[in-house]
Amino acid sequence: MSTPILSTHALTGGYGDFQALFGIDLHLDKGEVISLIGANGAGKSTFLKSIFGLLPVNADMVRFEGSPVGGTPAHQMVGKGISMVPEGRRLFTGMTVEENMRVAIDNARLPEAEGPWSRERLFQLFPILKEKRRQPIENLSGGQQQMVAISRALLCQPKVLLCDEISLGLAPKVIREIHAVLPEISAAGTSIVLVEQDVTLAREASDRLYCMLEGRITLSGISQDISREAIASAYFGA
Amino acid sequence: MQWLDAIIQGVLLGGMYAQYALGMALMFGVMRIVNIAHGDVMILLSLIVISLAGVLPLGNIGLIVVIVPIAVLLGWVLQKFILNKVVGADPLPSLIATFGLSIALQNLMLEVWSADTRSLPNSGIASASFEIGGIYMGLLPVLVLICAVVLTGGLDAVLRYSRFGRGLRAAAADTEAAAMTGVDPKRIYAIATAIAVAILGLAAVFAALRATVSPSDGSAQLIYAFEAVIIGGMGSLWGAFLGAMVLGVAQAIGLRIDPGLGILFGHLVFLAVLATRPEGIMARKK
Repeated sequence: MSTPILSTHALTGGYGDFQALFGIDLHLDKGEVISLIGANGAGKSTFLKSIFGLLPVNADMVRFEGSPVGGTPAHQMVGKGISMVPEGRRLFTGMTVEENMRVAIDNARLPEAEGPWSRERLFQLFPILKEKRRQPIENLSGGQQQMVAISRALLCQPKVLLCDEISLGLAPKVIREIHAVLPEISAAGTSIVLVEQDVTLAREASDRLYCMLEGRITLSGISQDISREAIASAYFGA
Repeated sequence: MQWLDAIIQGVLLGGMYAQYALGMALMFGVMRIVNIAHGDVMILLSLIVISLAGVLPLGNIGLIVVIVPIAVLLGWVLQKFILNKVVGADPLPSLIATFGLSIALQNLMLEVWSADTRSLPNSGIASASFEIGGIYMGLLPVLVLICAVVLTGGLDAVLRYSRFGRGLRAAAADTEAAAMTGVDPKRIYAIATAIAVAILGLAAVFAALRATVSPSDGSAQLIYAFEAVIIGGMGSLWGAFLGAMVLGVAQAIGLRIDPGLGILFGHLVFLAVLATRPEGIMARKK
């Protein structure tokens, strides 16, 4: 078996004295899509933040392409090839759609011309953004803002994309639109970690699935093989 | 004619205030760091310039060339060792830290330079003037105004169109999200503070040429800079420039009415703007 592109090893973490994660082992192979599901407060977002250097962890708890990277500051993680679509989108207010994209291009792992993702390609995926490229970010709808957040993360030219609740608070039609681009992101060679609360969406979109409960992994396996009953008991605790 | 003259002199005075306000607009307006030591840093740079002029046979231009790199270094050190430890969503820690710094700097300056007022030796430029249509204008204030316009325009363009400017605006909007997008917020902030203090270095030379400075003068400059930024609107550099003009003109008109009213008039206009348009004249839509 080849080395996973991203893996965590007995990862523990939390906020100050409050421990939220209790030994998470997880791996992501190159080109794979994995889902991480769990109820509110299970520790999913904390886990992503810990991987991404936003919360303190030991170096060998997170490995990227085989080397220990735990605790590396987030802006250096981008340079290594990890980027994130944060929960709640977190776009740069007061700036236009295209300026938001250009911040990513300015700091990307590869120049726009060399990486798989360019503004042009993203405007084909999300034609509405081309129309609104000179609009301030505040003028866009929630779904459109989510498209900008995904575009911004992709323009960092990541090898691994972390998506934190990208369907949260969006209309079902918009969620389908956004999930429809995931296969294209995979096809470009990017591996994806999808954090979701919606179990059906998470199962459909991923190769493998992890379920978290109270800071521990309670279930993992091939998405299509796991029964709904197994998920239900892992999700809520039995 | 008397009032036209007051307005013109006010605009020229506004040019000086604009130089104080520009660094403040960058730090307070864009980065949301409250730097109470802003005026004291300017006075410190002025006193350094005056002392340098006593030992080195440099012209005014030469002094600017020497002081700006010193200012850049000072700004970088200030951000690296003090402000980067207190930046965040909460403005209070930076306020307290720089308040302490302000007191420390004032006392340090008193210790080194004593409470005497000082200024740069008059090299002719401070008293040179010319006449247009019956109105006399000082050469130095006109130069100061031109510098302020060029600096505001240049910095505004840097913020809008450069990689550094986009990174700074992104970090100011959401520091954590900017880091997730590859921006190193601490580095960007250190550069921004270095720029802000560099502008103060230039202002320090002009201030020492145009009037006297003493270690306790910083707080007045701080107030003018704050008022200009708030009158103009947070986050807008041209707004701060306009705010400085409003302040300068208000003071000049007040002075014409009664020599004791000048400073007060400026503060009254500031309060009037706060009461009627608290977001500032050129505030960006949120």
